[in-house]
Amino acid sequence: MQISRETLLRSYRAMRTIRAFEERLHREFATGEIPGFVHLYCGEEASAVGVCANLTEQDTIASTHRGHGHCIAKGVDVGGMMAEIYGRKTGVCRGKGGSMHIADLSKGMLGANGIVGGGPPLICGAALSHKVLKDNGVAVAFYGDGASNEGTTLESLNLATVWHLPAVFVVEDNGYGEATGASYACAGTQKDRAAGFGMPYMECDGSDFFAVHDAARDAIDHARSGKGPVMLHVHLQRWYGHFEGDAMSYRAPNEVADAKKDHDCLESFRERAGQEKLLDLSALDEIDAAVADEIESAVQAAKQAPWPEEADLMADVYVKI
Amino acid sequence: MSKKSFRQAINEALRQEMRRDPTVVLMGEDVAGGQGGSSGVKDAWGGVLGVTKGLLTEFGESRVLDTPISEASYIGAAAGAAATGLRPVAELMFVDFVGCCLDQIMNQAAKFRYMFGGKARTPLVIRAMYGAGFNAAAQHSQALYPLFTHIPGLKVVVPSSPYEAKGLLIEAIRDDDPVIFLENKVMYDDIEEVPDEAYTIPFGEANLTREGDDVTIVAIGRMVGMANEAADRLAKQGISCTVLDPRTTFPLDEQTILECVEDTGRLVIVDESSPRCNMACDISALVAEQAFGALKAPIRRVVPPHTPVPFSTPLENLYMPNADKIEAAVKAVMMQKTREVA
Repeated sequence: MQISRETLLRSYRAMRTIRAFEERLHREFATGEIPGFVHLYCGEEASAVGVCANLTEQDTIASTHRGHGHCIAKGVDVGGMMAEIYGRKTGVCRGKGGSMHIADLSKGMLGANGIVGGGPPLICGAALSHKVLKDNGVAVAFYGDGASNEGTTLESLNLATVWHLPAVFVVEDNGYGEATGASYACAGTQKDRAAGFGMPYMECDGSDFFAVHDAARDAIDHARSGKGPVMLHVHLQRWYGHFEGDAMSYRAPNEVADAKKDHDCLESFRERAGQEKLLDLSALDEIDAAVADEIESAVQAAKQAPWPEEADLMADVYVKI
Repeated sequence: MSKKSFRQAINEALRQEMRRDPTVVLMGEDVAGGQGGSSGVKDAWGGVLGVTKGLLTEFGESRVLDTPISEASYIGAAAGAAATGLRPVAELMFVDFVGCCLDQIMNQAAKFRYMFGGKARTPLVIRAMYGAGFNAAAQHSQALYPLFTHIPGLKVVVPSSPYEAKGLLIEAIRDDDPVIFLENKVMYDDIEEVPDEAYTIPFGEANLTREGDDVTIVAIGRMVGMANEAADRLAKQGISCTVLDPRTTFPLDEQTILECVEDTGRLVIVDESSPRCNMACDISALVAEQAFGALKAPIRRVVPPHTPVPFSTPLENLYMPNADKIEAAVKAVMMQKTREVA
């Protein structure tokens, strides 16, 4: 099925925004001005964007601690995200969550998550809400190959099947759980795991937006039409360390360089858009420039934004005591 | 008004709230009871203690959901559902099983609102049985309310009677924060007058079940009944006691505890949870900090020893607080004095 020009432009912009956001964080983190832990999504942009291009605002996603890409793809405000990562009061979580806990329920973004395997059970619940409230919504859990070995994930595959939930389990397999290879840590295959729960399985090349988009469309349509949960296995490569500051001594010397050369989702998007005359490349150049401005403004605004105050410390532990 | 058991009071609270609010859903192991299998006799159990019996028949499978024996997934699902528009009441069966799903409670549900800058509501209730006295041994007998009380973002309810259970559970379901609701497994057949209509009991407001001049006894959950029994015996011996049931360990009615201690000058705390870092410690610290000058004698704690809950009846009896131990503690504080100032 042809993807609309509007969707293509929006998706390219989202991927470019994630890339620029993360590359800028990589540079800013090195200055020491960003507190805490930051886990970058560079190289994986087509996964979040290809999946979320098939979702509506009322659909729900849960993310991981590599969550910036999912947030941007689901429509969370970029300026608010940047301010959050800088710990400012104007952040999307008012400076109380930080990089690992960015969430915006009004956008159907149930949160990045500091706990590996934290998202899949939550997504069973979000899918249950969609089902009980009969709003035709779908819930999507993004989780890594590392989280695929958590009991919470395996239990959720079972529960989603038992409850016949409108849920999609997106395994973002970048080959490493922290520094340990998936080839070591994951017994069997993701495909066989899905089969073990009687769950349909799809897989795709996560550096190809079009491949992710089409696979995700089929997976999400399946779940939305009441046929139960699906697993979508996305093969990816991450371009930076597990966290910023990780020198990636566990990776082959040319591994990342090759990934950047051969598996750049933005380059492959531009190439295909040009070859198939889907879009005018000058429109993409304009997006690149606009995104660069947006990220620059977001960083400057974040750096100048006010810090949270003493009264914020005790606020919002409870709705009401 | 009619006499109802603790079990019936909870069932009635669930039924009335499910009728009132279509977003209230139940989930847990065997809460529907009898799904699947070769015979498929539905609504056979209603949970292992029959608390939810009949609810499947009235509300159907979309709102009364049996779960696999898979606590991490369904307690996490309850948290996710609560954050996205439902009011789930999840039954954890024995509170000891929290070991299988603490992340979903401690790191997820409890923290959403704060981590997300006040933009989440998580109206979740987790019901679970607690307590020793049933020969259920070390993995089915703990009183873990201090563990939950320790976690910011949770409210913790420990009802002491059928009347209290119904009003506090309705309050819990209507509350917009995650609530841990702990039912003492020895109390399910306790009976008292319980109104037929729905009513709520606010959190953080202690109940005085006895009022006296000499000693304040703070008791939690099942311990309230034992404290009342001890107080009645002591009254015949000329010692008059206030018995204070906090009802909720968070929020804790600090003001009423302090007022009672100011009035009586003596404090005994009865807590059946393990003695290190339990509610008796917490309340002792509160009084030591804020009512030290009112104390006529050292605070006494009636608590179990720092051991797992034993199985065998004589050992379990030794382990548990009871009315005799409370009576002895009250008499001891009546004999003691704080150090005389020379």
